[in-house]
Amino acid sequence: MSKAKVGIVVFPGSNCDHDAYYAFKDILKVDTKFLWHKEGNIEDRNIIILPGGFSYGDYLRCGAISAHSNIMQDIIRFANKGGIVIGICNGFQVLCETKLLPGILLRNNNLKFICKTVSLKVENNKSIFTGYYNIKEDIEIPIAHGEGNYFCDENTLTELIGNNQVLFRYNDNPNGSISDIAGIQNLGRNVLGMMPHPERASDNILGNTDGIKLLKCVAESVM
Amino acid sequence: MYTAKIKVTLRKTILDPQGKTVEHSLISLGYKNIKNTRIGKYIQFDIDTNSEKEATVITEEACKKLLSNPVMEDFEFEIFKNGETL
Repeated sequence: MSKAKVGIVVFPGSNCDHDAYYAFKDILKVDTKFLWHKEGNIEDRNIIILPGGFSYGDYLRCGAISAHSNIMQDIIRFANKGGIVIGICNGFQVLCETKLLPGILLRNNNLKFICKTVSLKVENNKSIFTGYYNIKEDIEIPIAHGEGNYFCDENTLTELIGNNQVLFRYNDNPNGSISDIAGIQNLGRNVLGMMPHPERASDNILGNTDGIKLLKCVAESVM
Repeated sequence: MYTAKIKVTLRKTILDPQGKTVEHSLISLGYKNIKNTRIGKYIQFDIDTNSEKEATVITEEACKKLLSNPVMEDFEFEIFKNGETL
């Protein structure tokens, strides 16, 4: 039995929180609970999920307002001490706005909201997130975003690549992301941000379970 | 009371697909010499203080902390004594 205690943060406008809850609680049988954003702390949770959605209606910039919410201050402290945090889609945008991850997500270069399953390449399988994949394995994971075009300056990109922080790349770049980046980890290797939704590819009934390995790997990384 | 008027724009090095799309539409309307179209945000608020200096400091901080993200945006602002320009 995993010792993982997953906390899924709920902001006004989060809409993938229940999908993530279902994947951890019902499929992986992990202790999972929701954390309302107004709470000042993450309680006894040792894995934090920032789910997809449109927190605060994407007002100002995607993730900008959530990044300053009460609970995020505790999550930043938690992450800086090595705590595991995963931001999926809107959660990735929040992590960039808090600076827990470098860069930013711009509007897709074709200006369209893209909702489809895409092919990703696992670029690094020596992480607590991707250990159950093979290196260079192709996996199919759904995306659903209008602002998923990852951007950072050249120095940051060189560092990301040099430090093996790029975990996933798009095989057929859908949104204009620099260097085809779909998901990155921080330098401390405890924070992951990705635009694709592994929780939407976690149940047999959905016809695709390529995402469950990621969630399982993280859950089992907590001893 | 002072009023801050803030412009947040995408940095010059960042492509602005929305600006480009609007520019195509302007050109199709016949404005063939329009170029370099950029789209940004305009934000305005009042600051309850009698000090222009304090109003400036607060606005600058707000721009840096929340209203813009330096990875992709620049900001500029002007401070007006309330009512002067409204």
